[in-house]
Amino acid sequence: METSSGLMIIWESWPMFLSGTITAVQLCILFLGVGVVVAVPVSLSQIYGGKSLKFSASVFEQVFRGLPALVLLFLFYFGLAELDVSPLVAATLAMGLRSAAYQSQIFRGAILSIDSGQMVAARSIGMSRIRAIKCVILPQAIRLAIPPWSNEFANMIKDTSYVFVVGIIELMRQGRYVVAGSFGNALLVYSVIALIYLFLTYCGLFLMGRLSKKLAIPGFASAGAAMERI
Amino acid sequence: MEPLLKVENIEKTYDGKKVLNGISFEMEKGNTKVIIGPSGTGKSTLLRCVNRLSEPEMGKVILDGQVVLDKTVEKEPRIDLNAIRSQVGMVFQNFNLFTHLSVLGNVTLGLTQVKGMKRKDAVERAMIEIDRVGLADKKDAYPALLSGGQQQRVSIARALAMDPKVILFDEPTSALDPELIGEVLQVMIKLAKEGMTMLCVTHEIGFARSVADEIIFLDEGKVLAHEPPEQLFSNNSSARIRTFLKKISELYGGE
Repeated sequence: METSSGLMIIWESWPMFLSGTITAVQLCILFLGVGVVVAVPVSLSQIYGGKSLKFSASVFEQVFRGLPALVLLFLFYFGLAELDVSPLVAATLAMGLRSAAYQSQIFRGAILSIDSGQMVAARSIGMSRIRAIKCVILPQAIRLAIPPWSNEFANMIKDTSYVFVVGIIELMRQGRYVVAGSFGNALLVYSVIALIYLFLTYCGLFLMGRLSKKLAIPGFASAGAAMERI
Repeated sequence: MEPLLKVENIEKTYDGKKVLNGISFEMEKGNTKVIIGPSGTGKSTLLRCVNRLSEPEMGKVILDGQVVLDKTVEKEPRIDLNAIRSQVGMVFQNFNLFTHLSVLGNVTLGLTQVKGMKRKDAVERAMIEIDRVGLADKKDAYPALLSGGQQQRVSIARALAMDPKVILFDEPTSALDPELIGEVLQVMIKLAKEGMTMLCVTHEIGFARSVADEIIFLDEGKVLAHEPPEQLFSNNSSARIRTFLKKISELYGGE
């Protein structure tokens, strides 16, 4: 039977699915990590920066939010072919910076929703602006940013599938290999892959929810919720 | 004796409107001064000019011999504003407690981050002030779960812990429900009697009468009167002042 032989192949291909899944998770963490590291200074520049800093941050954000992921991947990989960038580096730049652009807006929104009196109070006890951002603004902003940030996570775990176009062997690429070896049983193989992505997204969102609860401050969440009112 | 705080000829413009038009006053150590006046006359702005949270265009501020602000010279000397602000406590109308920190966290933050105290010493120091405002049992509570009156007392403790030379109170009771005003005023009265130097913007006429050494009456960016309460509340005051005092006495029950 074709189906049962298909199931056999899937069963026998588990190391490929597993390795693809692990790669997908690693890529997701890498891209999101690059995203956070770049997004925080970008958002701070947009809010607290001088004119030129504000402008550059905005240009960065608009460009990387305004281009399709595939275009970015092609630009960084094929576009920079002369520089001999590896697929992983190209993918990390394209997807990481793209995520940074989105994340910068998450952090910007979170920071702007913090009452301006917080900064005034911090300055009034003699904190420098940088120290106030570190000790007062960011700890609050991060908590407010977790719910919208989970969204970015959910997008990213799925968007890792794009990078198969530059030749990274992640879950999608492994799926193609399995399909090739399974006499073209695409429906079955891609269904399995779909289930894996669903599972990963679900687990991630579950963990984010736990983190959000763990970091919650009594009475503070409601202040954040008020921000989300229309 | 040199005054502790010397404010000279402050001028500040907002949107083309002159909010402060040449304000000068001095404070001796241990003084309590109350600034009153109709709304929009720059009372809060004046407080913020004292520690330069607001930047005036003109004027000079000297705190305990240190130049805080000097717009009278072409090139201002280098001023470590953060160091100066750490010596000037500030209590806000909306409390502005750090929402992500407990009561203890709020009071220790400046000690560890600005004064560089060790955590253990900071906690010890903070507890003295938290106790002083009567909230020792709430030290682990978060601001959002405290009443307005409790939050304002925490913010006073936060200011006190820094060992300020002067505390600026910016309408500390205006955002409070009437039944919570008393607990904050009580703390303020206690501080004034213990010799804290306090500059308060408030409509609490009762407080002004009982503890203020002098009242500064601001109107349209100018000092209309600067005198002890008994003089201001006597019938010798100008008609403008008497009308205003009568109005707020009705509103806030000054008697």
